[in-house]
Amino acid sequence: MLERVAEIEADAGAAIGAAAGTAELEELRVRYLGRKAELTMILRGIAELPQEERGRVGAAANKARQALEGLIERRSAELDASELESRLAGDRIDVTLPGSPARPAGHPHLITRTIRQIEDVMIGLGYTVAEGPEIEHDYYNFTALNHPPGHPARMLQDTFYVQSRPEVLLRTHTSPVQVRAMEAQPPPIFVIVPGKVYRRDSDATHSPMFHQVEGLAIGEGITLADLQGTLEEMLRAIFGEGREARMRPHFFPFTEPSVEFDVSCFQCEGSGELADGERCNLCKGIGWIEVGGAGMVDPNVLGFVESNGYDAERVQGFAFGMGVERIAMLRHGVPDLRRFFDNDVRMLEQFS
Amino acid sequence: MRVPYSWLRDYCDPDVPAEELAERLAMTGTEVERVTTIGPPLADGFVVGRVVACERHPNADRLSVCSVDTGDGEPRTIVCGAPNVAAGQTVPVALPGATMPGGTKLGEAKLRGVRSAGMILSAAELEIAEEADGILVLDDGGAAPGAPLAEILPVAEQVLELEVTPNRVDCFGVYGVAREVHAISGAPLAPEPWAEDAPAEGAGEVTDYASVEVEVPELCPRFTARVFTDVTIGPSPAWLQARLTAAGQRPINNVVDVTNYVMLLTAQPLHAFDLDRVPDGALIVRAAEEGETMTTLDDVERRLDAETVLVCDRGGPSGIAGIMGGQSSEVSDGTTRVLLEVANWNGTNILRTSRMLGLRSEASSRFEKQLHPKLCLRAQRLASRLMVELCGARLVPGTIDVAAEVPPPRRIRLRGSRVERLLGMRMPQTDEIAYLEGLGFLAEPEDGDLIVEVPPDRHYDVTREVDLVEEVARIHGLDEHLPSTLPAVGQVGGLSRAQRLRRRAGDAMRDLGFDEVVGWSFTDPAEAGRLRIPDDDPRASGVVISNPLSEEQSVMRTTLLGSLLDVARRNLAHGADRIALFESGRVYLTTPPTGRKRTDGDRIRPIDPLAGGFPGERAAPVTEPQRLGCLAVGSLTPPSWRGGEDEADFFALKGVLEALAQRLGVELSFEAAPEPFLHPGRAAGVAVGGEAVGWLGELQPLVCREWDLDAAIGFEVDLGPLLAAATAGDETFEDVTTYPSVRQDLAVVVPDDVPAARVREAVVSGGGELLREAAVFDLYEGEQLGEGRKSLALRLEFRADDRTLTDEEVAELREAIAARLGEVGGSLRE
Repeated sequence: MLERVAEIEADAGAAIGAAAGTAELEELRVRYLGRKAELTMILRGIAELPQEERGRVGAAANKARQALEGLIERRSAELDASELESRLAGDRIDVTLPGSPARPAGHPHLITRTIRQIEDVMIGLGYTVAEGPEIEHDYYNFTALNHPPGHPARMLQDTFYVQSRPEVLLRTHTSPVQVRAMEAQPPPIFVIVPGKVYRRDSDATHSPMFHQVEGLAIGEGITLADLQGTLEEMLRAIFGEGREARMRPHFFPFTEPSVEFDVSCFQCEGSGELADGERCNLCKGIGWIEVGGAGMVDPNVLGFVESNGYDAERVQGFAFGMGVERIAMLRHGVPDLRRFFDNDVRMLEQFS
Repeated sequence: MRVPYSWLRDYCDPDVPAEELAERLAMTGTEVERVTTIGPPLADGFVVGRVVACERHPNADRLSVCSVDTGDGEPRTIVCGAPNVAAGQTVPVALPGATMPGGTKLGEAKLRGVRSAGMILSAAELEIAEEADGILVLDDGGAAPGAPLAEILPVAEQVLELEVTPNRVDCFGVYGVAREVHAISGAPLAPEPWAEDAPAEGAGEVTDYASVEVEVPELCPRFTARVFTDVTIGPSPAWLQARLTAAGQRPINNVVDVTNYVMLLTAQPLHAFDLDRVPDGALIVRAAEEGETMTTLDDVERRLDAETVLVCDRGGPSGIAGIMGGQSSEVSDGTTRVLLEVANWNGTNILRTSRMLGLRSEASSRFEKQLHPKLCLRAQRLASRLMVELCGARLVPGTIDVAAEVPPPRRIRLRGSRVERLLGMRMPQTDEIAYLEGLGFLAEPEDGDLIVEVPPDRHYDVTREVDLVEEVARIHGLDEHLPSTLPAVGQVGGLSRAQRLRRRAGDAMRDLGFDEVVGWSFTDPAEAGRLRIPDDDPRASGVVISNPLSEEQSVMRTTLLGSLLDVARRNLAHGADRIALFESGRVYLTTPPTGRKRTDGDRIRPIDPLAGGFPGERAAPVTEPQRLGCLAVGSLTPPSWRGGEDEADFFALKGVLEALAQRLGVELSFEAAPEPFLHPGRAAGVAVGGEAVGWLGELQPLVCREWDLDAAIGFEVDLGPLLAAATAGDETFEDVTTYPSVRQDLAVVVPDDVPAARVREAVVSGGGELLREAAVFDLYEGEQLGEGRKSLALRLEFRADDRTLTDEEVAELREAIAARLGEVGGSLRE
């Protein structure tokens, strides 16, 4: 009997080692270790053996069974691994097909992006951001900005008016917020004002709706030289290091002295001439590009908020304003102002 | 203002090319739009000639063969086609080699067999007149044959087109520009051209011929009149016609041309009457009757109002004061006696009237800027000399001068320290004096300051010390001298919390895949109808523009939806296959503002700018809440070879809105609520803390059709209240690790008209504060539940902060939840 057990163990061991697949291995498990297997039968018939054989045969048969179970488990793990390997080897995809698109990020409008950029530069210089209504009182848009009723300067900006409210209009500039901000806050004040403005004008360089950014700085001893320095910092942040600012005297009713300000051309480095000797098309050979208007806040404007601490003998300062579209056009080569409001996604998606 | 350079140089010659002068003017405050050249590009080859002989061309009836002395010994032969050429005339001649206007070079040519060595010119060919009937015949008192034509006529005239700012009314006259050029260049300034008067050689006294009565002295500060007899009307001399043409005025006749010339030189408009057509020579200045009409020189009948000022004679109105004359007493070929009016008008009233009539003239554009009454007599003196000189007139002694108010000269103190204090650059007082005197001011030092007297031309422009600072600053030159400094700001810059969160909202929408648009604030009044918004809805009554550019842009938008739909349509028409757009912008409402309020005296108004509460003492005229609107058409993901892109639907966009809310730290609630432009079964109202903030839904198919869309889905929320409730950035710590939470699922059967939100509310109220999460994760509707019922599965999470919850505690909470569910008709499905 002991020999038989050893034979079974040897045969089964060889068969298990040779098993080629998990299915065959399962068959072998049933054949050698199943309910009707010889080894199982031997173990089950132990009681019928003579007393003196029972111990030895039982021990040998149990040992053989455990050994076979161990062999099957190991072989099973081997077979699993190799079967997985061959399965994976057959499981191929075309890795050159396009990936499934992630939901793409959207794009900021170039106007928003430009406004944020200017805001951030000015925030860095210590300014806060003020906002005001677009539908405004004549008082804030004109009167308190030193355009008295009937003043020809009012003709400079063709204005939209609101029906049946003759004193109400669409603001023609962001400057009314200067007065609102000064009414709300005594000096010193350093604010920047972005927003939509409206003028009754429409062609490739004029849109009845456009955006401006306005700056206002009032305190003790703030000078025109401070304005120039501030504009220089801002223009360099927008148009690049090495840019220069230039101010030309001009006229605005709410500043005195008034200036227009230019940035040195970033295409021809201010020379007016391109590398090939052609006239620079961006600055038209002048070397400078007009950006906006500015000046020292007129004492008459301060007079409208004198009760809030704006005594023109004690405090003074500057204001500046510029068109956001114009800056975006210059920076990004957009040829026509109206493109900004077409909102063509093919354009929107060029700017991220 | 068109300034012919040769005219300017008569008074101040900076001796630089016109382009260089233009640049210097621009850098000192006078923009030059362009410099143009009138006539031939160069004066070379244009000379004075004398027609020695003139015979008919042997082979052509209409041509003459002329022998012309051009100063080079032998007269040259020139063939001329003009009917008026005759022997003895002094004429302008272009010699072979001269470059004609337009660039053609003149050569010798054979005309019908006769060689022609040059060309006799007409005024049109020289571009000193718009048209000409024949050659230009010059005064023979002028230059000798062979003299350069440029000595007597502007050849190759350069014209500076100035963009004069409205404060500088002095620069609406050539002499004013000359004074400016003198101040910026230092070139000498010729004496004032009006210094000398004409000899008064007419008979009698001016009052024998004319009288003036001013009924409205506040609108007519000064009215002067002179009378001229023996006037001979005729064309003006060529030089005068040339100057007027170059300056943009059409020559008419010598008298009218004199008035225009004097206006262009002095900035003071004048008006000539045919005295014989003014009954008794009596003029009355009065206000018009409301509704009174008159026909102006341009042959248009004008309807006037009671603020319009008229210059009348006994027969009725003869001109609208300061704007345009009438036909009744117009100077004509038969005129022999002229009454010359030089008046001063109230600028504000002229501006008002000219806008009311829609009529602007050279005169009104000057008067509206307020001229000084002193200019009247300057213009009278200069015009009188020219009337005598050019029109053969005799000046009647005396000037009628009705002056209500001639302001005394203005004197202003310019403090010694003021320039540096305001500009931040040092300037010696001697320089200040030099600059001011160059500009025609008088400046006297006094106690370290300057006492400055303002010339009449600048009386209304320079009124304060700061105006003087500007004058010296611009002449000194900002470009070279001004340092660049930065102010001591002394505060920390930054965005307000609402502004920061608004940026975050925009960024979130972008991250969620939406492109930002900037829509028009204007819209079409018909848009509300296309959105099916009923007339009694406040959104159908937007703010109306009284003077829109077009009907399509005549109302301010009350919703972002219209512009989003417009943009979607345009992009789909251009081939886009899917649309995912958002806009963060304002709408304009006539309804009162919502949002947080502050009590301000007895007014209550919002303080949140995003809800339309702006700084300043006066509230905004209308409410301008900041909105965030979103619109999607087609799939939210781009197409792929794997397919799988789903059309955006209600829940897709609700997910976007919830994701946005999550990034802001706001809890939104939704309930079915109709909007006229939404699918009635797929429309939700959006609320924050019980306050309605907007809508979400599928667009009504009929609305989609209006915008050529198959389907679209969108939302629009008020950013003010949304951001006011936002907690993003202000979160506080919650301990979720010390004690474990218990997660359980719950299946609830409810009647199918009970919204999921109600079920969840019942669960939340039953679970109390130990229930931390309750989220619907499944919906089942099937036969086994019975007709009209649905089953919702919720995932619950219970947790206590101070202990581990026991099974018994959770079971109790489940029972409490079951009880609350019972109240909404639900039961637990075990």
